[in-house]
Amino acid sequence: MKGWLLAAAAALAVGTGLALGAVALGPTALWRGISGADPEAATILWSIRAPRVALAFLVGGGLGVAGAALQALVRNPLADPYLLGISGGAGLGAVTAIALGLAAAWALPAFAFAGGVAALVIVYRLALAAGRLDPRTLVLAGVVVGSFAGALTSAILVLSDAPRLRNAFLWLLGGFSAASWPAVLAFGAYAAPALAVLIVLGRRFDLLALGEEAAAHLGVDVDRARRTAYLASGLVAGAAVAVSGVVGFVGLVMPHAMRRVVGPLHGRLLPAVFVAGGAFLVLADVLARTVVRPVELPVGVVTALVGVPVFAVLLRREAA
Amino acid sequence: MILRAEGITAGYQAPVLRELTCAVEPGSLLAVVGPNGSGKTTLLRVLLGLLAPSGGTVTLAGRPVGDWSRRDIARAVGVVTQREEDPFPLRVDQAVLLGRYPYLGPLSPPRAADREAVVVAMARADVLHLRGRTTDRLSGGEAQRVRVARALAQTPALLLLDEPTASLDVRHEMELLELVRGLADQGLGALVITHHLNLAARYADRMLLLDAGRAAGHGPPTAVLSEEAVSRVFAWPVARTTWRDGSPQIVPLRPSER
Repeated sequence: MKGWLLAAAAALAVGTGLALGAVALGPTALWRGISGADPEAATILWSIRAPRVALAFLVGGGLGVAGAALQALVRNPLADPYLLGISGGAGLGAVTAIALGLAAAWALPAFAFAGGVAALVIVYRLALAAGRLDPRTLVLAGVVVGSFAGALTSAILVLSDAPRLRNAFLWLLGGFSAASWPAVLAFGAYAAPALAVLIVLGRRFDLLALGEEAAAHLGVDVDRARRTAYLASGLVAGAAVAVSGVVGFVGLVMPHAMRRVVGPLHGRLLPAVFVAGGAFLVLADVLARTVVRPVELPVGVVTALVGVPVFAVLLRREAA
Repeated sequence: MILRAEGITAGYQAPVLRELTCAVEPGSLLAVVGPNGSGKTTLLRVLLGLLAPSGGTVTLAGRPVGDWSRRDIARAVGVVTQREEDPFPLRVDQAVLLGRYPYLGPLSPPRAADREAVVVAMARADVLHLRGRTTDRLSGGEAQRVRVARALAQTPALLLLDEPTASLDVRHEMELLELVRGLADQGLGALVITHHLNLAARYADRMLLLDAGRAAGHGPPTAVLSEEAVSRVFAWPVARTTWRDGSPQIVPLRPSER
């Protein structure tokens, strides 16, 4: 029942995402575009809106799943997919590409991905230096590496000229204006296997959330499960930043919201978070490109503006 | 199925356990007692294969415990620890169902046999009436019984409990020990780590008194809990009396009573 409702909400979000934009398409026009009867509508739909909606959905869903997984791993509902320093590293990578004046379309996402994964590896190594993979050490390492990358990013930004500065700034805030089918494919290639791994690990997260001792006593190979899950969620988050910049709050808020809808067991939570996170980011992107037309807001601004109040309400209700 | 440690030496940097031998056997309750830091929890970790000993062997059903997968150990041995934190509270029946993890495939839903094991475990631990509640709405005693139910849902041959009554009042403590004793009488092998010498003396078949990682006594409670040994190990003078069931009872002495 809840599954159908979620699916219906997601379909509605996707429909809205396809219909609204610089030119609004009514139900008839939308159908004529989909069926190909109206070539102009078809072009808008298939080459502009569909890849954009698809990318927003996949990134939103991916960030949601990565967030839920990390929250279980560090046993803290306030964890976020960027916790591992990934956003800092990816931001540094992207700004480096912009500062070097690399104009090629592939350069920025590739640098961002490399930066994010490099940060992930450094954080992981630092956390392991303490011997075993301890969630608290990991969070600390993530914060430290993220801050360091942030400082370098600021330094590069200050030394860049104005147009580049604006570019970098916009990119850091996240958005889907550059969405294309190749970007959808690139994200899918990295994120799909990682997401599949996280979904298969699903039940193990229920046990890891109890703590490492309890999980081991119930039959989980804790070190292996943790290592796999950290790397898989890091890969998803890194790929997300590479194609869409740093979109905050989806990975933090969606798992929280869905736990209230389908409960905390990850076998149901992770698929629900994927669908809901995808729908949420599609709608956030619709707002981003329609609210102050023709200017486009960075989608990260929208998710924060919507996400923070929602989160505050959730927290208050939880406390009550 | 017997879980046996023979001549184990184990620790982290310095050895915590030295040449220790003990066994958890079906139908029998072994109580492990000793001062803080004497190696009780380390012994548990070594028995479970979570810490490899630097000397000696640990075997489960005759096979080195290190050769067992975590999953197979979890099918044979249930563990109840002192406490757990619960960042994402579950409904009690869902929490107990987690005990079926070692029997489930990664994506397969629980089968009828799993559901049945959960109900049986909840009934044995007397938490059936709590099944609709979430784990953050339980008292300390109820939460501990739910964890016992989760361990029983693993349908283990052996049950290891690490200070299971540490934060419980008298009634809940007695209820839990009665439950464990009853399980042992039905054939389960049990090991209980505890600070309560007198309760251990009444419930356990055998006791292991640890002193800085060595066995200061191992055998029936009457043999282990001598005035001399307990006074020395806990570094505090005690007297020994006998309760009506014949079990030795330890009374720590005030300075004026020495």
